Amino acid sequence: MCYAACMLQLSAQARERLIAAARAAYPEESCGVLVGRPGRDVVSVEQTVPTRNASADRRRDRYVLDPDDFVRADGAARAAGLDIIGIWHSHPDHPAEPSETDRRAGWEGWSYLIAAVESGEVTALRSWRLVGAGFVEEEVT
Amino acid sequence: MTITVRIPAPLRPCTDGADELALEGRTVREVLDRLIASSHGLGERVLAGDGALRPFVNVYVGRQDVRGLQGLDTPVQDGDVLSIVPAVAGGRPERRRA
Repeated sequence: MCYAACMLQLSAQARERLIAAARAAYPEESCGVLVGRPGRDVVSVEQTVPTRNASADRRRDRYVLDPDDFVRADGAARAAGLDIIGIWHSHPDHPAEPSETDRRAGWEGWSYLIAAVESGEVTALRSWRLVGAGFVEEEVT
Repeated sequence: MTITVRIPAPLRPCTDGADELALEGRTVREVLDRLIASSHGLGERVLAGDGALRPFVNVYVGRQDVRGLQGLDTPVQDGDVLSIVPAVAGGRPERRRA
């Protein structure tokens, strides 16, 4: 288990699926879970599973990951011998950096992959890990 | 009755890294009490001071949120799967008006 900053390896298929979901949701935020294998220094993401954004009225600048979808994705991941190792979401027309809202709601022990979407196109994918009171960036490969 | 309890990654430091535990109990509360007694610091992360679920934690039995059932008094049956689900939210900063 990796609780400090580490490297996030993203499979090509996982990257493409995330980008497609983020583009489709634009100008609203999209979100989902990172499914893969935890490691001591490197976490390997095999799937980026989209979930519903359950924010009632602020989907342009908020995401609330639907917990029903989380439970479903968690069950599928465990059945496949994998694990939910993080969360992804998009920032429409904003950099791929965690906001104060992200920090307040963050959990240590997960990677937080953020996609910047500018005018409908994903322009950056960056990953962060909450360590104590702040986010530390981890390399995405 | 043996209940399987699924622990999400952020809470596994409390369970010595275990991602799943088999515990006894007749209600969600009984299972959680046993889980908390056998863990380190999980109680304060899951339950508020009055013993209710913290707002940022959900507990599911199977595919159902216990808040939509009988809360912590929801009965559980042998073979049920109880999931502790951290509330996940965030978003970019609010747009400033020009």
